[in-house]
Amino acid sequence: MTFDPVMAEIRFGVGLSPDRAPPGSVDDMLTALAGPDRMARAWPIARFAAAEPSFASIRAAALAVRDAPDAEAEARAMAHRDQLRENGREMYAANLATEVARTVDTTDGMRERLTRFWADHFTVRAVSGAVRHLVSPYIEEAIRPHVTGRFADMLRAVIVSPMMLLYLDQHLSLGPNSEAARKQGRGLNENLARELLELHTLGVGGAYTQTDVRELAELLTGLGWSARRGFRFRPNSAEPGAETVLGVDYGGGAPSLDDILDAMEGLALHPDTARHLARKLAVHFIAPDPDPMLVETMAARYLAADGDLLAMVEGMLLHPAAWSPPARNVKLPFDYIASGLRALAVPPEVVAGASLQQVRHVVQFPMRVMGQTWQAPTGPDGWPEAAEEWITPQGMAGRISWAMQAPERLVDALPDPRDFVHHALGPEPPEPVAFAARAAETRSDGVGVILASAAFHRR
Amino acid sequence: MQRRDFLMRSLALGCSAAAAPLVTPVAMAAAPWDTRLVVIILRGAMDGLDVIRPHGDADFAALRPGLGGAGDPGALDLDGFFGLHPGFERLHPLWQAGEFGAVQAVSTPYRDKRSHFDGQDILEAGLPGLQGGGLRDGWLNRMLQLRSELEPEIAYAIGRERMLVLSGEAPTARWSPEAELEVSANARQLLNIVHHDDPLFRDASADAIEIAESLALDAEMAEQTGEMMADSPMMEGVSLNRTHVKLAEFAASRLRGDTRIASFSINGWDTHAKQAGGLRHRGAALSDTILTLKAGLGTVWDKTAVLCLTEFGRTAAENGTGGTDHGTGGAMLFAGGALRGGQVLGDWPGLSEADLYARRDLMPTRDVRAHAAWVMAGLMGLNRDELEGAIFPGMEMGPPPGLLR
Repeated sequence: MTFDPVMAEIRFGVGLSPDRAPPGSVDDMLTALAGPDRMARAWPIARFAAAEPSFASIRAAALAVRDAPDAEAEARAMAHRDQLRENGREMYAANLATEVARTVDTTDGMRERLTRFWADHFTVRAVSGAVRHLVSPYIEEAIRPHVTGRFADMLRAVIVSPMMLLYLDQHLSLGPNSEAARKQGRGLNENLARELLELHTLGVGGAYTQTDVRELAELLTGLGWSARRGFRFRPNSAEPGAETVLGVDYGGGAPSLDDILDAMEGLALHPDTARHLARKLAVHFIAPDPDPMLVETMAARYLAADGDLLAMVEGMLLHPAAWSPPARNVKLPFDYIASGLRALAVPPEVVAGASLQQVRHVVQFPMRVMGQTWQAPTGPDGWPEAAEEWITPQGMAGRISWAMQAPERLVDALPDPRDFVHHALGPEPPEPVAFAARAAETRSDGVGVILASAAFHRR
Repeated sequence: MQRRDFLMRSLALGCSAAAAPLVTPVAMAAAPWDTRLVVIILRGAMDGLDVIRPHGDADFAALRPGLGGAGDPGALDLDGFFGLHPGFERLHPLWQAGEFGAVQAVSTPYRDKRSHFDGQDILEAGLPGLQGGGLRDGWLNRMLQLRSELEPEIAYAIGRERMLVLSGEAPTARWSPEAELEVSANARQLLNIVHHDDPLFRDASADAIEIAESLALDAEMAEQTGEMMADSPMMEGVSLNRTHVKLAEFAASRLRGDTRIASFSINGWDTHAKQAGGLRHRGAALSDTILTLKAGLGTVWDKTAVLCLTEFGRTAAENGTGGTDHGTGGAMLFAGGALRGGQVLGDWPGLSEADLYARRDLMPTRDVRAHAAWVMAGLMGLNRDELEGAIFPGMEMGPPPGLLR
């Protein structure tokens, strides 16, 4: 098999749309990926450094309540704190709406998919409900700019992000022989170091040992954070001396952030990392058991291009095995809903401008019933990939309910199911779905059955 | 849909395995036991020392000045030594009736790391540790694996979270009362057609629709549950539209039928700060849940055991923010007519600094799995080899703790 526009948009993109043409070739896809990020400009999400309410303002508001000199000042401070909380809640819903709007609007669908893939690879969860709205800004700052660039750059951006430091306890970790450890009586926390090796770079089967985890954990000490000033490197918390990670010595002089960043370069360019990332991408985009030759090609291209992720994607798209049917993966709930909106031609400005209530009822709550609580997977390993994890009775109940009910709420006049089957599945839909589109008693049933069909869920 | 297909599907009700068993349309094979087991996972680490307060321990007052240590008029005395947190007061009548009790100073084998995530995994897997990342199944599922002829509906995982304790190779049913599904007859027929060639979708959709339908057909049963609950004076003060009440109501409606095991979770026990308010709130939720189960089960309550398990206990001392931090030993709460309530079981280790685990946590004096094992032995007739081998590998049951009636 070779390139096919319908498969390109469904498997590697965000689903077909009646008014946005699918890519015409692999070259088209790669050119779009190499070009500017149009959707980020059209539907902005604040970068972490600029997002409000920030950790700093939330902390300042809490302190103002604590330190209020009298009842009147306290009431004022509490009103301000509550206003910030409300702003955070609204921003959380707005982030979700914006992410859907980008997905609905784009002609560079693979960029959206890659952003979600790498955000999941570097999963963080908000440490409290008050900062849930900062997960999207983390992705916007640390992940999205690098999805077509060098993996090492993404890795470096992630490990200095307060969202990751807090999520994997790195801010608490002190070098056992550091000045801070002596004063505070605390010590090393291996959480981030372990996940960096096990999940983010070499992978659980990679060639690293418990000693590497420990040495990396010692090397990472000094990555610190404060609510007021954000990320800080703290030499007083850093373990003195050199650390040996995967046979390479880092540091040894005065503790320095550069030593840690150098180590990220080393991890990013390790052959086991190349293989782990290549296979994970191939599993996500192609099939649960991707062709080993395809994976090898992707890894080799990545290493030859000095750790460039676009080269890895190119290796995948140019390989014939990437285009082999049948579709065996399924859309995650977010992608399912967003692709439904695309097929229904819901205008992106309607999505982006939706009210808090609408976003909850059309996207957030249905996703939860389908099994994906937005930006809150259970662990640092992110969402599962296997179709069987998602297509369970209650997951399917959520999907069928959405298919049957949401379209009526979203568009004024439902399309004729006989047309809609082509909007959703292309010029050659499977015959049983085309039959159902003709046989439905009502437009609502017809559109719903097409959206609930296995063919629309698979990719 | 063909009438025959419909019958076949409804017999495979709730089967989450990809391959639906081809069963003949005869009555469902009855479970080899008649008692009911409800396992509630209290996620976040319940503070056993605050729920079942050791007022009689000389060291308690100093450790917990703001959490009932300095005398608390709201707490209800249980046995002269232990008192019940005021947030759980609506369970006190059950205590007096011998239908609610506790085990103190228990834990899983998990030690020292005190991570919720790992602690819950170990609790639900029923294993000594997280060795080899091999947490493929939970202990309730391994129990079902020993009885291969069972229908999936024998055991229900309820709610939208995955319950590791019931996950595994033995087919079980899973449903969230949130997932409401209304599909026209025409759409149902068409779904059957569009999913015909994709077994994963075909089975999951058919199961979803059949469960939703059987729930609608069970309207009479639900109405009955509603009436039973309305008749019960204990249901006063229970807010019926809360998630945990809906879970309990659904569990009760299934357990009155062919279901023998139900499991769900109640979250929110991680009380690092302002625990007094937080635990009152959780106490109300757990009381609602247990009272709803009792009212909804009717006479079935008499043969029901409810076990409330948490991943670990909390620090013996109150912290600087009116709360407690992750600890080790804790309490298991239990209820139901099949168990001997009205007592606090367990060997009390004491709270002096030397008696604490790592000088900070209540010392666990027994593996909480042993209590679960004795309950299963009594309720389902499982033998010691099965319980110490397949279900809880490496655990020793020890002598009977006196949980069973």
